[in-house]
Amino acid sequence: MKPVFKRPKSLYDVPFHYCPGCHHGIAHRLIAEAIDALGIQERVVAVASIGCSVFLYDYFAVDVLEAPHGRAPAVGTGIKRARPESIVFTYQGDGDLAAIGLAETIHAANRGEQLAVFFINNTIYGMTGGQMAPTTLPGQKTTTTPLGRRVIGEGAPLKMAEMIAALKPPAFVARVAVNNSKSIFQAKKAVQQAFRIQVEGKGYAFVEFLSACPTNWKMTPCEANRHVSEALIPEFPLGIFKGDL
Amino acid sequence: MRKTEAVYNRKLVKGNEAIALGAIAAGCRFYAGYPITPQNEIPEFMAGRMPAVGGTFIQAESEIAAISMVMGAAATGARAMTSSSSPGISLKQEAISYMAGSEIPCVVVNVCRSGPGLGGISASQGDYFQATRGGGHGDYRTFVLAPHSVQESYDLTMLAFDIADRYRTPVLVLSDAVLGQMKEPVYLRGYKGREIRKPWALTGAKGRKARYLKSLYLNEGELTARNWKLFRKYRRMEKEIRYEMYLTEDAEAIVVAFGCAARILKTSIQMARTKGMRVGMFRPISLFPFPSQALAAISNRVNRFLVCELNTGQMVEDVRLAVKPGATVESCLCPGYIPTPNELFREIKKRYLASNP
Repeated sequence: MKPVFKRPKSLYDVPFHYCPGCHHGIAHRLIAEAIDALGIQERVVAVASIGCSVFLYDYFAVDVLEAPHGRAPAVGTGIKRARPESIVFTYQGDGDLAAIGLAETIHAANRGEQLAVFFINNTIYGMTGGQMAPTTLPGQKTTTTPLGRRVIGEGAPLKMAEMIAALKPPAFVARVAVNNSKSIFQAKKAVQQAFRIQVEGKGYAFVEFLSACPTNWKMTPCEANRHVSEALIPEFPLGIFKGDL
Repeated sequence: MRKTEAVYNRKLVKGNEAIALGAIAAGCRFYAGYPITPQNEIPEFMAGRMPAVGGTFIQAESEIAAISMVMGAAATGARAMTSSSSPGISLKQEAISYMAGSEIPCVVVNVCRSGPGLGGISASQGDYFQATRGGGHGDYRTFVLAPHSVQESYDLTMLAFDIADRYRTPVLVLSDAVLGQMKEPVYLRGYKGREIRKPWALTGAKGRKARYLKSLYLNEGELTARNWKLFRKYRRMEKEIRYEMYLTEDAEAIVVAFGCAARILKTSIQMARTKGMRVGMFRPISLFPFPSQALAAISNRVNRFLVCELNTGQMVEDVRLAVKPGATVESCLCPGYIPTPNELFREIKKRYLASNP
C-alpha cells in the first residue's frame, strides 16, 4: 500500500503544545513540508522568536537558534552572512515582528537579506495572555484594550505585507490564510516559494499567515476559523504582493 | 627592544584601529556595528578591511540589531565582534545576556565615554560596574579585559577571541576614549593563539542530529542547573586572570588603577620615585575575574592602597574585598575628566607624606 499522507521528516514525532484550533501547527507543517520537498533539511538553520512559537526546536528537526524578542531578522542576518550555504528562516508572531522588532524586520527586508521570514499574525499576544498586538483589529477587545482598540490613541492594524512589499529589495511578499483547505494549498505554495527563492539566491521572502488564536479570541476553533474569513481577511487582504509563485 | 622585534610589522595607529587589526588577525570575519563616538574608527576600519579578507561588515540599524547579528554569526561558529561606546553598550546588554545564557562566544568592545545618559565623549571608567557585574539581566558575568596602551589594545583583542571560544562566553574589551583616540607605535606580532573546534555550532544538521542554542529553561530544576554551570565556568575562568605589577617590589604604598588611569599613573609614580617615595602600582588587566588573590598577596606586606579611577568609586569595592583586613584603602576619583600626571603625583605625595611624616 502506498502512503499518501505522513509526517514530514523535518518535524519530530511529538505532540504540539499549542491550544486546540491554533494555526501554529498548520504553519509548522507547511514549513516542514516545504523543507522536505526542497531537500534542504541538512542546510536549514531556523531562528525561533519569543512568543508561543519559542519552542520551535521541540518540533523542527533542524538546527535552531533562540533569538531575543523581535531580533530574529538581525540574528538570521548574522547566520546567513556568516554561513551563506545555510538556509535560514525566522518564525515570528505579531508582537515580535511588528512591535518590538519592527526596526529589525524592516531593515533586514530593506537590505534584501537572504532570509525567509514567516509571520504569524493572529492580531493578539498569545503567550502572555491576550494583550493588544500591533495588528489588533479596530474595535477588537483584548486584555489591554478592554473597550476595543481605538485607532486614534491605540493605533491602526499595521499591514506588514504591504509595508514590506513597498520596499525595493524584497523578492517575494505574500499574505496567506490556513483556515480552510483551499487557503492551505495556496499557503503551501507561498511557503515553498519563499524557500526556493533563498535556495536560488534571489533574496528576501516574507510570508504572512493570518492565524487563529481561539483561546485569546475566546472562540471555539470553528468560530475562530470563520472569524479569519469574516474579520481578518477584509482587513488584511490575501495575495502575492511582490514576486510570483 | 629586542632585535628580533625589528622584523615585526611596526605601525603608528590609533587604539581603535589596533583593536580592529587585532580582531582581523585573530580570525574575526564578522563585524556589525553602529556609529557612536569615540569608537567610529573601528566600524570604519572594518568596512574597508572585512571585504578584503573575505569577511562581513554590516552597519546595523541599531546597537541592538548589531549585537543580535553578532549572536547569529557566532552561533554558526564564526569569530564575531561588535563595538560601541557606553550608551550603545547599554543597548547591547539584551543580546549579551542571551549569549551568556546560550553560551555563545563573541567579543564586545566598549570604548568607554562618560555618562550617565548621553554624558560626554571624553574618557571615563564609569562603566566598570556594568562591565564586571554582567551588565544585563540575569545571573551572569562576562570576561573583561582592560588594555592600557595601543599595543595592548591589539594584543588583548586577539586574546579576547581565544578566551571567548575556550569558555563559550561573551568577552568584553573595555577601552576608553583616550586609548581609542591616541596613536602609538604598535608591533603587529600577529595571532599566536589557536582556533578551536566548536561542536556546538549551528551549521545545519548534516550527518548528525539537529541541535539548538537557547537560554529559556522552564522545566523544574533546569535553570538552576544552568546557573550553577555558568557559575562553575566563571570560577574556571580565574585561570585566565591577568594583571601587571609596576615597581611594587619595594613599595610601601600601592596605587591600584586600570586602563588609561593606570597609564597616566605610571608617569606620576615615576615622579614620586624620583622624590624618593616608594610607591608602586597594581594594574588589573582582567577586571572580571578580578585578580583578588594577587592583590591579597601584596596586602600581606603592604597595607596602604590608593585606588585611582575615572568615576566616583567602583573598582575600589573589588579592592576592598580583596585586601586583607586592616589594610587602608583610599580613593582618588576623577569622574568625567582626565587628570594630568602632575595632579595624580600631588595626590600620591599628599597621602604618602601624611603617613610618612
